[in-house]
Amino acid sequence: MLHIQGLTGGYGKELIVKNVSFDVQPGEILGILGPNGSGKSTLLKMISGILPKQAGTVKIADRDADSYSPKEFARNVAVLPQMHAHAFSHTVKATVELGRYPYQTGLFSSWTAEDEEAVTHAMERTGVTRYENTLIESLSGGEQQRVFVAQALAQQAPLLLLDEPTNHLDIAYQQQLLDTVRSLAVDEGKTVVSVFHDVNLAALYCDRLLLMENGEIAKIGSPQDVVREPIIHSVYKAAVKTQAHPELPKPQMTLLPSMNGSVEVPLVVDETQFAVTADSVQFHAPQSLKTVSSAVHNPGTGWYTTFVNRHVDANYDCDDVKKEMEDYLEKRGHHLTDTVGMMTAVQTLHAEIASFADEGISIVIAVTAGVGNAVDVSKAREREARVGTINTWIIVNGRLSDEAFIQAMITATEAKTRALQTENVLDPLTGTQATGTSTDSLLVAATQIGQELPYAGPITPLGKLIGTGVYECTIRAIQTYKEAKGWKG
Amino acid sequence: MRKPLIAYIVSAAVLLTAVGLGVSIGSVHVPISTLWNQGADTTATNILWKIRMPRVILAGLVGASLAIAGAAFQGLLKNPLADPYTLGVSSGASVGAVMTLFFGISIPFLGLYTLPVFSMVGAAITMFVVLGFAKLVDRGLNMETIILTGIIFGSFLGSVLSLMIALTGEELRQIISWLLGSVSMKGWNYINMILPFTIIGSFLLWMNRRELNAMLFGEDRAKHLGVDVKRRKLVILIGGSILTGAAVSVSGTIGFVGLVVPHMTRLLWGSDHRHLLTLSFMNGATLLIICDLIARTIISPTELPVGVITAFIGAPVFAFIFYRQRKGGTA
Repeated sequence: MLHIQGLTGGYGKELIVKNVSFDVQPGEILGILGPNGSGKSTLLKMISGILPKQAGTVKIADRDADSYSPKEFARNVAVLPQMHAHAFSHTVKATVELGRYPYQTGLFSSWTAEDEEAVTHAMERTGVTRYENTLIESLSGGEQQRVFVAQALAQQAPLLLLDEPTNHLDIAYQQQLLDTVRSLAVDEGKTVVSVFHDVNLAALYCDRLLLMENGEIAKIGSPQDVVREPIIHSVYKAAVKTQAHPELPKPQMTLLPSMNGSVEVPLVVDETQFAVTADSVQFHAPQSLKTVSSAVHNPGTGWYTTFVNRHVDANYDCDDVKKEMEDYLEKRGHHLTDTVGMMTAVQTLHAEIASFADEGISIVIAVTAGVGNAVDVSKAREREARVGTINTWIIVNGRLSDEAFIQAMITATEAKTRALQTENVLDPLTGTQATGTSTDSLLVAATQIGQELPYAGPITPLGKLIGTGVYECTIRAIQTYKEAKGWKG
Repeated sequence: MRKPLIAYIVSAAVLLTAVGLGVSIGSVHVPISTLWNQGADTTATNILWKIRMPRVILAGLVGASLAIAGAAFQGLLKNPLADPYTLGVSSGASVGAVMTLFFGISIPFLGLYTLPVFSMVGAAITMFVVLGFAKLVDRGLNMETIILTGIIFGSFLGSVLSLMIALTGEELRQIISWLLGSVSMKGWNYINMILPFTIIGSFLLWMNRRELNAMLFGEDRAKHLGVDVKRRKLVILIGGSILTGAAVSVSGTIGFVGLVVPHMTRLLWGSDHRHLLTLSFMNGATLLIICDLIARTIISPTELPVGVITAFIGAPVFAFIFYRQRKGGTA
């Protein structure tokens, strides 16, 4: 649909866009990114014919852009400009009607049913029909922008050029607008080229990204190829971290603020900082720990200061466990967003908490264990799920990488299973060796201060500590449990 | 535009009423029936057809020309304070006209039209110089920049006029009263002089009504919508210069008509040029007919130049629009 070859130009003698070439296919959204002054808006202006080009070709629908008459061009290319103020105001309808200008011929009005239909459709599509007789300047910024989208839609052009379409819009309008643009591309096969200021928005909505630097293409490709730490860092000169979008296969980046002036407060966690009562095992850290867990409250990855393993009755039964847990935490004065909460039917006073240290690395392990629901995972089948039994916490004094978190969890699970084996815990239904219980929970937290600990596999120093620690604590916890139940060891 | 048909009917009715009042009121009362009553008093018929009617029609044509030109300039420049007078274009037209008289220029095939044509050339040259200079000063063409430039060039051209008048001595002293703007004692000849240009100029502007609507969103936006901006802009500026030049050549400098009328029309009926241009044309005619009526009756038997009345109304309106704009209100 759009073919750009060796496009070069700028204002006066100064070249702002240098030798840019790319293609855009029908139904595709191409996002143009780049730091301020990289030439992204200039590039768009040259494509839309506002700025003359000094070299290169712009082909639209296999025809040289220069060969179009102004009206013909507007029937093929619709531009959504950045927002600006106006001295005089049109009504919404009159504004959208201007989108049909390229279809008007002759001296007198040649307004056709087709024109009217296009205007009505464009207004419906953008949800501005109810403002039809309102003056645009009395609308909010977001509504005004939608009117201009409707105007561009009324042009019924197969190619849409957008210049920072979400500038000054709040996030709900950003989403609405870009969802509309997305559906225009997907449902109606429109070709979209849009300049973006926001890398994350562009990565979310575009099929491909074009990253500009000093008027040249620094990188063009899928969002996954372009939104990468080294590329963003070298073009934008900003320290960023990229990660996957939580729900979509799109990369997102986030700034890494340089914490100049803020001193890292040393923090070493040990078992004395844990508070154990008949109600719960609690640990409160003076600063947030990076945490990965399968807890009831705030599971997954996050940064938390308060960790609660709460005792509940063995017959605990509740329709909305999460809600009940929140009520419990709030009643005890815990800040919901800072707290990770687990539950166990085991007496929390029987918790095994111990520090382990070796080769300058230290960790704290806390285990509550009951083996009433022991299960051989290889023979698992439908069973009644009951409240948790073996809850394992691993607090690491150091900086864990993402893979270290996962390796720590693997290592801890292996150590737990080994402990069950040593204690000869059997699945009561099958009589085979149990590998865990039906509702075990695991938490790995790290201070992210001090030593870098990139790996936590079983042969690394950290892995060895976790393996030994979890194994020993679990065994002691199971023994305590058995004694309390009056079982024979 | 809410109800265009009503707008046209109201404007036409007001215009007809103004014409009726204009021809009947004066030092001698002339009943309107004289218009169609064949057996009417000969004196009344003479006053009506030889003096009042040409005067009213001339006032109407001048007012219409200035108002539609003002509406187009404002739309094109997105500037509610722009009109032939504030842009200095009227002064340019005056210089053109006075030069014609001063040097006794007469181009044979132009005949009667020599004066208006030179006036238009003066208007057009001033227009392009003012806009060119304003663009040099400030690429964004701010409202204040344009008006300030217009005032500077207007003053300069005014001094050129004064110089020419001083140099001619007695015989062109009458120019001074002409300069203040007046439509008195002109006769049908002057109507012949302005009418073709009013028609051509207004038609050129009306042809660009949709383009003016698009240009309200800025030239880039208009281009995106498929407007051939360069050509259309040129046609609009030429149309405005023709109208201004023609109006000034028959009546001298009458200020603020092109400012007040489009402003009022916009307030009442909206800024859609498809209607604004025609309505401004009609209302401009009405306003100048009424102002002229006031000018010749208010301190009768002395006649005021009509430009005094329009300035009296126009300057406060100018101040009001300026205030509203700066306070972020609507114009």
